[in-house]
Amino acid sequence: MKIYLDNAATTRLDPRILAKMKPYLTDQYGNPSSIHLLGQAAFSALRQAKEMVAKVLNGQPDNVIFTSGATEANNFIIRGVAEANRHKGNKIIVSAIEHPCVLESAKALARDGFQVEFLPVNSQGLIEAASLRKVIDRETILVSVMAVNNEIGTIQDISALAKIAHEFGAYFHTDAVQAIPYLKLDVKKLGVDFLTLSAHKFYGPKGVGLAYINRQVKIKPLIIGGGQEDGFRSGTYNLPGIMGLALALELAYRERTAYLKKITGLRDYFWKEVKKNIPEVKLNGSLTKRVPANLNLMFSYIEGEAILMDLSARGIYVSTGSACSATDLRASYVLKAIGLDKNFLNSNIRFSLGRFNTKIEIDYTVKCLVQTVKRLRSFSPIKMK
Amino acid sequence: MALNYTKKTLNHFLKPQNIGEIKNPDGFAQIGNMVCGDQLDFFLKVEKGKIKDVKFLSFGCASNIATASVLTEKVKGLTIDQAKKYNWQKIVDDLGGLPHQKIHCSVMAVQGLKKALADYEKKQGQKGAAPVKALKNLKKNSSPKSSQVTKSTKLTKSHKTIKKNK
Repeated sequence: MKIYLDNAATTRLDPRILAKMKPYLTDQYGNPSSIHLLGQAAFSALRQAKEMVAKVLNGQPDNVIFTSGATEANNFIIRGVAEANRHKGNKIIVSAIEHPCVLESAKALARDGFQVEFLPVNSQGLIEAASLRKVIDRETILVSVMAVNNEIGTIQDISALAKIAHEFGAYFHTDAVQAIPYLKLDVKKLGVDFLTLSAHKFYGPKGVGLAYINRQVKIKPLIIGGGQEDGFRSGTYNLPGIMGLALALELAYRERTAYLKKITGLRDYFWKEVKKNIPEVKLNGSLTKRVPANLNLMFSYIEGEAILMDLSARGIYVSTGSACSATDLRASYVLKAIGLDKNFLNSNIRFSLGRFNTKIEIDYTVKCLVQTVKRLRSFSPIKMK
Repeated sequence: MALNYTKKTLNHFLKPQNIGEIKNPDGFAQIGNMVCGDQLDFFLKVEKGKIKDVKFLSFGCASNIATASVLTEKVKGLTIDQAKKYNWQKIVDDLGGLPHQKIHCSVMAVQGLKKALADYEKKQGQKGAAPVKALKNLKKNSSPKSSQVTKSTKLTKSHKTIKKNK
């Protein structure tokens, strides 16, 4: 049995989406920038994709800028807005638990002379409005806070934070990559100027994402060339990917109610069974302000990567922290930020559930997990109290 | 880059050799700690100048367990002097290679074993043998050891550079 519980790293492309993408790889291969009929057909498909996205986000189709993924979109927004609005001030504020693509973009700005502030989180993994108020001022250009954290799944109060940013005349960006379909991403209600998405996090294809932008705000493009996307992002439109993204997004919200019910049920069952069968396990981050797909658990006295590899040998795929941090050996900065006991920073596993998981899989996972934890604890030099 | 462990490393991780404790060991050492993410405890039983038995406990990743497993397997039956000469490169070779980021595990395993051997020699000294000589030997052995650590750090660094250049 192969059980995939790493849906926060990436999801399997939904076969229904693949089927709808195929024509754009075969017959409708035109370039949306071409003037002939094949190109024009591609262009109208592109428009349709933007309209579908705009409908889900309650925004404008023209504000949807397709990119190669969330990393590009976040780089574009953070650096592009900062660099184009230097006349406004010099400060950029990001949360301490952002994805590395936001943190590294902010650090690059710091090297270029911007003042960068990192917002702390509380032990629940939440950013408090007071901590933003403490550092924000009239010199602030942009505030960026992720809607849902990739490691611990905690949900931030985006509309409250965006409101504070706007009080000070700053723009607001949210990386909403992990939020689909858990949150209703209404850009007007949230009050965000910028938003980022990535298709492969919601059963769409890899290699495509988007930056939702506020056209009233100046932004410097990251990729220049042929002037596609009104010059905001050059490069030939990845139409099969773009169609995949739009269709996957639409599908995710169409099936949202049933999906949330299923995932929440599986998660609650999983957590209940783990607590029942394994001693000394703790949940990292808030349980209530958290997407139901995520369970980040601490298994005291044993090391996370060993748990991961042991489960992997049993056909169960999970991660320690995030997939991108798996190959460097540093402990999770997210878990550090929520103030986890430093003795247990290396004892954590992220389980992220998804559309294709079943109760049978959860039962099997619990059974294996019990054996894995038992085995590793049996030879740990750190003795259970 | 992914962490590609060899089949042999995975086998040692899944079925580690010499895992456990020895009661009243002739030599004992603890190396690393939980905060750093890996810790090994080594236990030695020595008879007639040879390692009669060696066991270990691990709080660590797959390669932490695998490197200690292969090391204990190889040094069992060796004389103290032979065991001291066992270096991290041999572990890496025995396992058919280790990912660059994990070379430090093999270095740590060797350091742990040497620490346990030193503990044994110290205890022997207290019983009336030649303690000063034993400790000196340890110090002598620790200088190439530290150069090995540097080497592994370099490996990691060069790996990072490669990654960046991509």
